[in-house]
Amino acid sequence: MRMIRALVPGLLLWLLVGLVPSAQAQTPGQDPAGQALLEALDTRSYADKGEAIAALVASGDERTRRWLEALLAGKLQRQEDTGRFIVVLENRGRHWPVVDALSFEAAGEMSRRELDRIGINNALRGQLQSTLAVLDLRVDDVGARREAARELLGNIEAAMLPPLQALVADEADGEVKRLLAQAIAIHRLEQGDAAAVEGLAGSLNPEARAALSAAARSDDAALAEAASGALADIEQKLKLNRGVETLYFGLSLGSVLVLAAIGLAITFGVMGVINMAHGELMMLGAYTTWGMQQLLPGQPGLALILAIPAGFLVAALAGIAIERSVIQFLKGRPLETLLATFGVSLILQQLVRTLISPLNRTVVSPEWMSGSLMINEGLSLTLNRLFVLGFALLVFAGLMLVMRRTRLGLEVRAVTQNRAMARSMGIRATRVDILTFALGSGVAGLAGVALSQLTNVGPNLGQNYIIDSFMVVVFGGVGNLWGTLVAGLSLGVINQVLEPWAGAVLAKILVLVFIILFIQKRPRGLFPQKGRAAEG
Amino acid sequence: MNFLTSLADRDRVFDFLVPVDSPVDVRHGPILYLEDVTVSFDGFRAIDRLNLTIDDGELRCIIGPNGAGKTTMMDIITGKTRPDTGQVWFGSRHNLLTMNEPAIASLGIGRKFQKPTTFEALTVFENLELAMAADKRILPTLTARTTGEIRARIEEVMTTIGLVELRHRPAGILSHGQKQWLEIGMLLMQRPRLLLVDEPVAGMTEQEMERTAELLTGLAGQQSVVVVEHDMGFVRSIARTVTVLHQGSVLAEGSMNQVSMDPRVVEVYLGAEADEEVA
Amino acid sequence: MLASRSWLSRPLHERSTRLFLGVLIAALAVVSLLNLALPAGHPLHVSTYTVTLLGKYLCYALLAVAVDLVWGYLGILSLGHGAFFALGGYAMGMYLMRQIGDRGVYGDPVLPDFMVFLDWQSLPWYWHGFDMAWFALLTVLLAPGLLALVFGFLAFRSRVTGVYLSIITQALTFALMLAFFRNEMGFGGNNGLTDFKELLGFDLTADATRLWLFLATGMALALGYVLCRAIVASKLGRVCVATRDAEARTRFLGYRVERFQLFVFVVSAMLAGVAGALYVPQVGIINPGEFSPIFSIEIVLWVALGGRGTLYGAVIGALLVNYAKTVFTGVMPEAWLFALGGLFVLVTVLLPKGIAGLLAYRRPRRADPDPSTTPGEASA
Repeated sequence: MRMIRALVPGLLLWLLVGLVPSAQAQTPGQDPAGQALLEALDTRSYADKGEAIAALVASGDERTRRWLEALLAGKLQRQEDTGRFIVVLENRGRHWPVVDALSFEAAGEMSRRELDRIGINNALRGQLQSTLAVLDLRVDDVGARREAARELLGNIEAAMLPPLQALVADEADGEVKRLLAQAIAIHRLEQGDAAAVEGLAGSLNPEARAALSAAARSDDAALAEAASGALADIEQKLKLNRGVETLYFGLSLGSVLVLAAIGLAITFGVMGVINMAHGELMMLGAYTTWGMQQLLPGQPGLALILAIPAGFLVAALAGIAIERSVIQFLKGRPLETLLATFGVSLILQQLVRTLISPLNRTVVSPEWMSGSLMINEGLSLTLNRLFVLGFALLVFAGLMLVMRRTRLGLEVRAVTQNRAMARSMGIRATRVDILTFALGSGVAGLAGVALSQLTNVGPNLGQNYIIDSFMVVVFGGVGNLWGTLVAGLSLGVINQVLEPWAGAVLAKILVLVFIILFIQKRPRGLFPQKGRAAEG
Repeated sequence: MNFLTSLADRDRVFDFLVPVDSPVDVRHGPILYLEDVTVSFDGFRAIDRLNLTIDDGELRCIIGPNGAGKTTMMDIITGKTRPDTGQVWFGSRHNLLTMNEPAIASLGIGRKFQKPTTFEALTVFENLELAMAADKRILPTLTARTTGEIRARIEEVMTTIGLVELRHRPAGILSHGQKQWLEIGMLLMQRPRLLLVDEPVAGMTEQEMERTAELLTGLAGQQSVVVVEHDMGFVRSIARTVTVLHQGSVLAEGSMNQVSMDPRVVEVYLGAEADEEVA
Repeated sequence: MLASRSWLSRPLHERSTRLFLGVLIAALAVVSLLNLALPAGHPLHVSTYTVTLLGKYLCYALLAVAVDLVWGYLGILSLGHGAFFALGGYAMGMYLMRQIGDRGVYGDPVLPDFMVFLDWQSLPWYWHGFDMAWFALLTVLLAPGLLALVFGFLAFRSRVTGVYLSIITQALTFALMLAFFRNEMGFGGNNGLTDFKELLGFDLTADATRLWLFLATGMALALGYVLCRAIVASKLGRVCVATRDAEARTRFLGYRVERFQLFVFVVSAMLAGVAGALYVPQVGIINPGEFSPIFSIEIVLWVALGGRGTLYGAVIGALLVNYAKTVFTGVMPEAWLFALGGLFVLVTVLLPKGIAGLLAYRRPRRADPDPSTTPGEASA
């Protein structure tokens, strides 16, 4: 009732204001509507002040929030002589810096003697607080409304309840509604209302949890019991959350490992070639992303998308160069290939250091990749990792298709199984070698593009991954792409599961030791190639 | 230094010269006994319920088309491949399925591979020296010396296999036939009770084949010999008993004449040849 | 049979070994003489700095010999020998740390500085005993030896060979590097062990001590070389070569291949440990960097350049590469990695037998165990 009563004059005023061009009012003379709104506040009666505040809100004036905040802080004042309203910036000393309350432009300093404060009492303070809170809940932008509602959790005063409850009824967005209901429930719980516990059941919000645990310690036995029950429930949910989070980080790390290892699995598995420069091919992919972004400043998203084919090409060409200049001379000598490609990796690293810089370069993440996907209040998944995970799976699926469905894949498998026979059937083994190596290297380039979104791009980027990727290939079983996928993802998850318990470094050491021991048990990995050919 | 010297002076290196009683119990006749052996690779049954008995001192030829499981059978006997089911006994005392390759070799089973496998960086002399029956533990090997007796034995074998002139040449430079001979020589140095010989005459000239036949038949009696061979002429020249393997099990067994009359064998061989022509 | 003709003394009758030892001893003598007899200003004077540098090279040479023993003769490409080297080095470093006593920055009579800094109250259990030189020296052999024994036992038993073995040896040293970087391990973390004062009571900064260390390293190299030579010239060495070229065949001859591999691997690891132990007092520091996989691969390059399977080639390679490294990093550090990388490629592609292969190009094959040439036979 009071609300409506307060709103009527406000509405009238608003109609009035609507008739006047209110824009860019500079002085009381130029902005009579604003002046009138503030004038209404300057009254002795607190009841009238209350109505004036309501009128202000109803006016929809964009300065309302600042006025009300100033009023709440006691900084909205009036110059005695001129009747001009100002906002005090700093009320210390004798002369206070002020701004004009209508234009919010600096108005020099004023002596505190020439100013009259527009006073408020406790009732008004409450009204102001709730009004302010509600103000933000009225805006059109759903995101801003949610933000405002979240702010209210645990910050509700008794006076705010009625308008909030009215808002809950009107609110269209479910999320805002839920948040508001929770905020109200938290307030009720703080007041000792055991029925409010129900409203908070299963909430992952820390404020709700704090309120519940406070309630669980209360003297009211019924309340305490209800609250502890709800708390236990929440703990359960949190545990699940943490589990999901660990799994997510594990899969994310695993997807990076898969990306890094899968190209290696091709060259190692198919050609028996140990390519120690594989990490550096990844580095080239990452630097290609950086280069693309330098070429297309201001368009990191486009640059990143273009970097995918470019990174593949750059790395594949580098791979072909390595194959032609080094590896083709070392057929059937895997250990020598290992050493030679290690030399290539040193050269590539130093090349980048000399030509670009020994320092790390930053690759910008496009907007659509930053931020996170909120699953619930306790759990949000960072988008860039999600993208990399998806990318890794795509690359894997693509490779599977190439190996299973294309002529190249068929020839590659033929050469892998019996080189001499394949040759005699007219497969040009040399060409297959080159293409296989290019493919494996290109995939390394793709891995580099993806990595540039997660880590620093520097000359050492490749080195940090080479041992891990070999571990993945060996663990998964050489020559088996599925094995690489399973091994990569599971090693990532194992690492993340161990991490909180053992610390990052120790977790890594444990994983390495685990693989070393695993290789003793199953020297051919998780998914070994079987048959006579593998017995040799 | 004195400790190490004393190790060198202990005469265990010469143990092999003392005729030791064979630990292999052949009183019941067979020296090698395979029963119901099955092994599969990826669902493919390379050996399928194979039964085979080799008597002490026998010379047995095993023939069969490609993929009949001959080499896999050798792998099982020498401990390289473990069968899925079945039993393999050496004499009536030693269960070969519980032993690894070196242990089986020390029992007295020697093997010549299908592809001649010699130590290419080592000389003919050294190849034979390594093959010789001796204490093959680490320290005795470290302190071992090539004594006069050893030298004499190696000379003898080198004469037998006709590689005396090439004794100081690395095995890698030998011709294919010479490598086959060297490998047979290494078998002789081992003095095994049972020799498994996989395609001994591949790549040999007519004359070399004759000598190999002579050698193998000469061995039989003192030692048991199992020869896997494709060359029918060679098999005919040495065989007393022939076993035909087909698809991992025994198709026929008997003298060469009996076997070659067997219609199933003929069919298998003609069929296989027809297949090969198509391929 | 003459008792003195044991397997260990056999190499002393080989021409190549005599030549190697002669050159080594002569070099040691010349360097000592030029260091001691000539005044500092003389153009031929070898400064103590150079002596120490040469001492460092000799440590690397011993390490290379150890790697060649397993790679050249057994065919096991270990990419983790840096770990054994570093373990030997850490054992020595722990002894040297204990020798500092209360002369450290914090003046604690027992605890090394870094432990005081980390606010540790007492010595971890595994630091006990390192105040005694004999114990430390024993550990120099046992720590790498035990690691090699356990690791090798597991690996060889399950027949992990070839590139698989290379990769897991690399993982081994990588894991150890990560572990030693941790402060909690109690080995000084990132900074490692340093600020050594004296060794067996001799001042480590004194010129005489440095010269003695150089000579000791030279002698260790000589002994290590003779030991390896004795192993490879024995029948056991021939079993190794046989294993390298045809492992399955060797098994079928009745040799328990995995035990031979394990034996040689452990001997090699111990030699690497000795090299590390001699290295630490000369360079004055040991830190987890020695565990880095790159260092281990570099060792392999020394051996490859010199020519594997010859032992002396490993020495030549280690000296050459490290001399080049000193020169390059002094003159144009940028170019060093290019040179090193290029060397890896060139050696493997163009010079698979290394420098020793070039040297032996016109020489007849090495003497076979022939009655007329091999001493063991001659006495028979």
